[in-house]
Order: sequence, then structure tokens, then C-alpha cells
Amino acid sequence: MTDDSASQTPELLRRLLRAKDRMDAASHEDWPVQRLARVSHVSEAHFARSFKEAFGVPPHRYLLTRRIERAMAMLRDSDLPITEIAFQTGWRSLGTFGRIFRDITGQKPSELRAQARAGAGPLGSVPACIVSAVHRPDLRTSVLEKRRRPSGGKKNTSTKEVR
Amino acid sequence: MTQGVQVAGVYVHDQDEALAFYVDKLGFRVHTDVRNGDYRWLTVQHPDQPSFQLGLFVPGPPMHDPATAQALRASVAKGAMPPLVLTVDDCRVVCEQMRAKGVEFTQEPVDRYGTVDAGFRDPSGNGWKMIQLRR
Repeated sequence: MTDDSASQTPELLRRLLRAKDRMDAASHEDWPVQRLARVSHVSEAHFARSFKEAFGVPPHRYLLTRRIERAMAMLRDSDLPITEIAFQTGWRSLGTFGRIFRDITGQKPSELRAQARAGAGPLGSVPACIVSAVHRPDLRTSVLEKRRRPSGGKKNTSTKEVR
Repeated sequence: MTQGVQVAGVYVHDQDEALAFYVDKLGFRVHTDVRNGDYRWLTVQHPDQPSFQLGLFVPGPPMHDPATAQALRASVAKGAMPPLVLTVDDCRVVCEQMRAKGVEFTQEPVDRYGTVDAGFRDPSGNGWKMIQLRR
């Protein structure tokens, strides 16, 4: 099977989309596979694989992107303390939040906040959902892989080929 | 001279299902519903916006080969089609009315940027944002 997504029916995809929507709506909540599988009416064994086929990322990694995206928005648009932002976006520990945030964005939350405040004009009348999607971090590799990647050596970020 | 977009369409999984949704639940009305064999040209219209028709189209012949139709159906079901925005006078009130009719909301009404918006999907997976008109 070279193209798995071709084998997924619109009916299945529509049900998987419900699970994705539920994570979007409440990314701060816990989303164990059994809960997601229930939303989609598929078996747990089937869920993670089907979701990745459909949307290109495993469900948990997708959830992390949504949480980081929300955290980035709150850092940018609110004055809430970083601890508060971490808890409100679904992390139980500030340490984990900080580590994953840095793994994904390459910055500390405080750095991102300072940078966002310094630059950036308003995005005017672009709908909020599009604005947040535009700012969503791109997680093509797993967080672990990202962490393993040497941070100093490679200078290929700007020209990196997007697959 | 007044000109503008007359028809824009969305791809739907099933035209009868879509028709029931847009007419019975969202309050659109049928503008055109004509058939030629298996092909059905179906557009609906918002009562407050008679100059615009929303087409409810099914991917397939004569426009698409089977593989393309399948890809389009999958894209719709994955929620990958472009965003749609509905303007209303009162987002919370309309949201309640629609919810009572069984509309699937993906986002509860939220105060944002001086207005209120909510999100829902049609049965096929097309995502709508419902935004309250600024006063």
C-alpha cells in the first residue's frame, strides 16, 4: 500500500475529523487514545494509525501543536504569567511546558513573548482561526527527534526543504 | 453599476443531506435544483442575501475522474476545504437555535476582537465560522 489515505472512506475521515475537532476545542484537556477512539467510533488499535494516515501526524503530536499554538497566542496577546499559561494550556508542570515549548519553537516562552511584543503589527480582519492556524508550529518530526537534533551545527532552517 | 459574486460552491458528501442541513437547520432556501441524468445543479440562498447562491455540489462526473472525486471527497471529510464565514446579528442566539436543531458546533461562542464568533461544521465536514456583525 503506497497511498493509505486513498483507502480511507469519507465516512471514516469524517469521524476522525470529529476527534480532531474535539482536541481543537479543548486542547487543554487530556486526550488518551481511548477517549479519541470513542469520539471517532473506531477501535483504539485502529485509531492512532487511521488518524496519522488522515492528518499526517499522530494524534498526540497534533495535540501538542495545538497547545503550543495556544500558549504562543497567550504569550503574545495576554499579560498572564507563564506558569498560568502553562496550566491553562494543559500542562501539569511548568518544567515540561518549558522544555517542550523550547523543543518545538526553539525559544523559551519568555523570549517569544519579548520578541512578539517588539515586532508584529495587528492582523486586522483576518478571522481568528486562520491567524492561529498560521501561527501553529509545524511538527513534522517528533518532539524527541527534534530534541536529539544538534542545536548548534546546522544552519539549514531557512532553506529547509518542506516535504 | 453593481456587480459581484453570484455563485460559489462547496463540495458535499450527499446533496440531500446537505440540502436538509442548509435549509432546515441554517435557514437557507433552495434557489435552483435541476437535474440532468445523475448530475444535479443545486444552489441555496440566504433569505437576507438574495444576490448570492451557495452551490452544494458533489465531486464526480462530469467534472472529475473517479480518483479526483475520491480525493475531493476525502478532503472535504477531513475538513481540509477553505473556510466559510457566516455573518449573523447575534451569534449566541443563533448558536442556541442551531444547536437545538442538532448542528454540530466545533467552537462555542467566544468574545474576540470586539465581536463574537462560533464554529460549526456541515454534515460533510465543511467548516464554518459564524461571526456576529459589528455594531
